[in-house]
Amino acid sequence: MNRILAIAGTESRIALRNRWVSIAVAMMGLFALVLSAAGSSPTGALGADRLSVTVASLTSLSVYLIPLMALLMSFDAIAGEVERGTLPLLLTYPVSRAEVLIGKLVAHLAILSLAVAVGFGIASIAAIAQDRGAVAGLPSLWRLLWSSVLLGATFIGVGYAISAFARRPSGAAGLAIGFWLVAIVLYDLGLLAAVVADSGGTFTTNVFPYALLANPADAFRLFNLAASQATAAAAGVAGAANTIPVWQSLASIILWPAVTLGLAVLAFRRVTP
Amino acid sequence: MTLTLKLSRLTKTYQGVQALSDVTLSVAAGERVALLGHNGAGKSTMMKIILGLIPHDSGEVVVTGAAPGSAVARQNVAYLPENVAFHPALTGVEQIASYLRLRGEDPSKAASLLDRVGLHAAGRRRIGTYSKGMRQRVGLAQALIGQPKLLVLDEPTSGLDPVSRRDFYALLDGLAAEGASILLSSHALTEVEARTDRILILSKGRMVAQGTLGDLRRDAALPVVLQVIPRKDAEAEVAAALPGATPEGAALVLPCAQDDKLAALARIVALGDRVADLEVLPPSLEDIYSHFSHRDGQ
Repeated sequence: MNRILAIAGTESRIALRNRWVSIAVAMMGLFALVLSAAGSSPTGALGADRLSVTVASLTSLSVYLIPLMALLMSFDAIAGEVERGTLPLLLTYPVSRAEVLIGKLVAHLAILSLAVAVGFGIASIAAIAQDRGAVAGLPSLWRLLWSSVLLGATFIGVGYAISAFARRPSGAAGLAIGFWLVAIVLYDLGLLAAVVADSGGTFTTNVFPYALLANPADAFRLFNLAASQATAAAAGVAGAANTIPVWQSLASIILWPAVTLGLAVLAFRRVTP
Repeated sequence: MTLTLKLSRLTKTYQGVQALSDVTLSVAAGERVALLGHNGAGKSTMMKIILGLIPHDSGEVVVTGAAPGSAVARQNVAYLPENVAFHPALTGVEQIASYLRLRGEDPSKAASLLDRVGLHAAGRRRIGTYSKGMRQRVGLAQALIGQPKLLVLDEPTSGLDPVSRRDFYALLDGLAAEGASILLSSHALTEVEARTDRILILSKGRMVAQGTLGDLRRDAALPVVLQVIPRKDAEAEVAAALPGATPEGAALVLPCAQDDKLAALARIVALGDRVADLEVLPPSLEDIYSHFSHRDGQ
């Protein structure tokens, strides 16, 4: 435990010096402000409180932004150590490779959680300031917050696995962006195309729900939209959100962080310093 | 005598190249051993195997009674890599404090460790601003953490000036006196000469010599060179009396085997005042080193 904390302490210090903490917090804060400003007009017609509407918009934002931030923070974790030549010395210390990764995860996840808390905090203050009834949306904001942290953990794990696999920071950066594009953007487009082509056939009823659950970002979106009262405010997977039980999407977002961290540990074990 | 490190018939092949073949070695507690060899002779490979960073093909490696890279071995072994590197954004104190925590030691000892290697003033500056010699000292400071039983130091004095080198070896003497075994690598025999108990020479992955400097000198049996300067008018006469000598400037150079040294000197002395001066040049340390590190290729 002390060893994990030692790694986490060093890693957060480095992130602070590299301005990663300020960049992440500023990014989330800025997007939350823009969303609150843009989302202030259409509430009346929806019959939902203002905060629930904000949560729906924040969900759509987080699906893109959190995996991106997580990958950007983590792609250098192992490849960077290899390139700087700091890895061999670290691995002669009495600390296991899993402990090294968990230590880094603690630091990176703390930074991500701070950024998410600041961003969502700004958005909710803005919503409550305009509409006293918005406090009714606080439970869904809380749900969005912790599920965002889990989504971040999943993609930080992916970033570590990519970092160990690529062994060079430039290669790891390319792979990380490529992975983000495929998992977050192209995956949904592909599913959409398949659903349209299938027009209500077996794919739409039998495969599509599981394809959504298999992608941690889609599972995150499903979970937050299904649990929120403001599903009507969000487009896209809203229809699917009603057919998939909440426990399934919840299981997906809880299991994925463990899976990706496990993959990262396996990939890291294969690195010879 | 307790052995800190034991290698027997260690063999390692790297992408079809024999990096180490049949290396046998043991290091006792408190012993200082120097590992010499050209670039690519297998020094770093051998060290990485001892540290458990890379696997070996065959042979046996026992580090402080345990397998290399096991928890026990890592607890007992300190390492200073060649061209040691640290994250440039951390300060010296922060980096050492982090390593102290990893070894379960009190992180507040960081400043005093940096004092011990002569880095007191720069400890609060970022490592990115350090010179190579200063980084090397940070590397040395981390190797001193927690009374290691075995220190594996890969070219520890590269980047250090002569005064710092002397301080560094004084530090090693202290550690060895407390019972730590030291295995260090170097390019230069001149440097490790008086500072180590035993010298090992690796060439193309084979151990070609091992022993004290005296042992190596005797085994190499390189010729002594006698440099005779004849009196101005007696050059031809002296040259005639010393067959085998070649003129080199004003002097005559006569190589002779260790065992013939006294006989040759007697002949020169017999020439009386026809000899103006005489120098006896023993084989240099570099000669001995090249003798062993080239022999393998023959």
